[in-house]
Amino acid sequence: MFRHLARAASALTTPLTPEDFLALFNPVHSSRQLRGIVTRVVHETEDSATIYFRPGHRWQAHQAGQWARIGVELDGVRQWRSYSLTTAAGHDPAITVKDAGAVSRVLVRGTKPGDVLFLSPPQGDFVLPEHPRSLLMLTAGSGITPVMSMIRTLIPRRPDADVVLINSNSTPEKSLFREELAELADQFPNLTVRHWFTSVRGRLEFTARTVADLCPDWRSRAAYACGPEGFLNDAEELWKREAALEAAQPACIGAGAEAKGARPGTLTVERFSTDFTAGAGHDGGVVVFEQSDREIQADGDTPLLDVGEDAGVLMPSGCRMGICHSCLVPLRSGQVRDLRTGELHNAPGQLIQTCVSAAAGPVNLDL
Amino acid sequence: MTTTLTRPGALATSGHPLVRPDAAKHLSDEQIAELGRELDAVRDEILAKRGTTDAAYIRRIIKIQRTLEFTGRGALMFSRYKAAWAAGTAMLSLAKILENMEIGHNVLHGQWDWMRDPDIHSTTWEWDFVTPARSWQHTHNDLHHRWTNVIGKDKDIGYNLLRMDADQPWRPFNLGNPLYNAVLAPVFEWGIALYDLEIPDYKEGLKSKEAMNRDLKAVGVKALKQFSKDYAATPLLAMATGSGRRALYGTLAANAIRNFWAHAVIFCGHFPDGTDTFTEEMVEGETRGDWYVRQMIGSANISGSKFMHLMTGNLSHQIEHHCFPDLPSNRYAEVAVKVREICARYGLPYTTGPLPKQVGSTWAKIFKLALPPKKTSRSPKSSPA
Repeated sequence: MFRHLARAASALTTPLTPEDFLALFNPVHSSRQLRGIVTRVVHETEDSATIYFRPGHRWQAHQAGQWARIGVELDGVRQWRSYSLTTAAGHDPAITVKDAGAVSRVLVRGTKPGDVLFLSPPQGDFVLPEHPRSLLMLTAGSGITPVMSMIRTLIPRRPDADVVLINSNSTPEKSLFREELAELADQFPNLTVRHWFTSVRGRLEFTARTVADLCPDWRSRAAYACGPEGFLNDAEELWKREAALEAAQPACIGAGAEAKGARPGTLTVERFSTDFTAGAGHDGGVVVFEQSDREIQADGDTPLLDVGEDAGVLMPSGCRMGICHSCLVPLRSGQVRDLRTGELHNAPGQLIQTCVSAAAGPVNLDL
Repeated sequence: MTTTLTRPGALATSGHPLVRPDAAKHLSDEQIAELGRELDAVRDEILAKRGTTDAAYIRRIIKIQRTLEFTGRGALMFSRYKAAWAAGTAMLSLAKILENMEIGHNVLHGQWDWMRDPDIHSTTWEWDFVTPARSWQHTHNDLHHRWTNVIGKDKDIGYNLLRMDADQPWRPFNLGNPLYNAVLAPVFEWGIALYDLEIPDYKEGLKSKEAMNRDLKAVGVKALKQFSKDYAATPLLAMATGSGRRALYGTLAANAIRNFWAHAVIFCGHFPDGTDTFTEEMVEGETRGDWYVRQMIGSANISGSKFMHLMTGNLSHQIEHHCFPDLPSNRYAEVAVKVREICARYGLPYTTGPLPKQVGSTWAKIFKLALPPKKTSRSPKSSPA
């Protein structure tokens, strides 16, 4: 019905769409991009805030643990970052952001109700298993954000769930959601929260003994980890060692995709950043965006996504860390380097992940 | 990090063209190179300043334009009342002028691409004008702006219809020059749609049949939508209040007013007295500085109020627009102060004048060039160098 009406109305609005005019009355409308209106901003710690928003009608409800790309304007220029959605599945979405850079600073310090956020629908495979089971959550810093959504979704509704959270932060004041976690743990016996404050106890070492001290039955739980690169690498090392030791027992390191089947002894990780050292330090080249008629001299360390965006090209983009494949662009000719591995790609027609690929000589892209 | 190579940056920074235009003959290669650097610096200064206020500016203009369009068309629904007709027609005319000039033309130049907003981007924008945005971007951004005022290359000199320069050969057909222009003005958007098809190129075999078919289809679809909106959908809806016929008069008037205005402003860009045209030898080996010189002495400004600048889409700063076609239009006024000073310092002409004067000067040229050249008179730049 709405569609027929919109179609009829577009005879009067062409070349614009009826939505372009509806936007005069409500900024959530746009014919090309998903938008959300900020409804509430709650300051969590001194450098973080939770931003609740009401998304436009093309938004899809998020699953606990998923993230969304959020676009904000910095000096008039659209900037996109990915943030985990922290509310329970089925609730209005919100992101919890820590002031750690220019974009997050604008979000934390400058957002007020009524502001417009640009959105892409939720995505990500760091989600709860289909059936509740014993889970171990390992988080550090803002790594708590996707896990908070999982806890909020699971704990109050599923008495059969059994979750242990090991949450590492520098100080109690800097721990996100500390009060709410304490309340939930008080109220529901199926949640156990173990805080680890690095200012008091030093860095959380991932040895079988420290983990067992915090969670004696950790080996029998499906584990999820989210936090900085080093934290995740350490956790993965421990789970790998365990898997090697107990080779008789099937165990594996899961990487997102296996989350739905997360089994005891598996570890599912969610990364917020990617390590580019393997592909760094090489020469770049001239990048031609053929359809956009732009030609740019790019260095060998800058992802083609950034190169294009800086030149005003409308680049498709997603996670910006090589996971989601939203940024694929066909390579017309030339050569690119995968910054994560150093691997070279030069087959014409090949789809390039622009967020993790840099020029390695001249590059022509079909964009 | 990365640097952008855009025209004219891709041109040589030193050297000289085969022939330099008369107006710049007094300048040495080094002076021209220095002038190029000075103008690059003007551009860089704006790029460094461009930000939140500029983004807010274009969004505000778009909002005003859409409000006018919505209210104007709404008022035409009741146009059997004279006041509603007058108000509706006036608002719709203003909306169409703003849409074509300050918004459409400039967005399609990529002036706002830096915002990375897909709703206000040269690759996604479509405008309230018969010719499809992509076709126009080709003939305008690519051909006209690259070959500004080069006889034989820049077909905007007369749009294949009018004799607009003494160096264009006279044919008996040109006797109708003023008549053609008078007929063109009220239907300007249809003229441009036809022009953008590049029919002469197709006839000469320079444009493929596939390209022609593709363009014909695109303009056909677009023209049908544009025509239906103003001359079918709007009057049909207005019939509900018995205003159908008057609504049709309203949309016809609004389109005609917009066409007259756009035609007048655009003809003031390169045709008034004082603007130069160029030969292909003058482009051969052109340096960045020479490119700027050609843009400056080949264009003419219109002086006037802030409102006048807005309604011309800041094409009243044609000189600045041609030097920096992708700088946001709201910055041309401050750029103009610097460009004018640079022109004065280098002894280059900077053509400007109020709208009536510039329009008069353009029409005078159209009448004059309808007639064959007198044997004795020769335009100075056509004299052998």
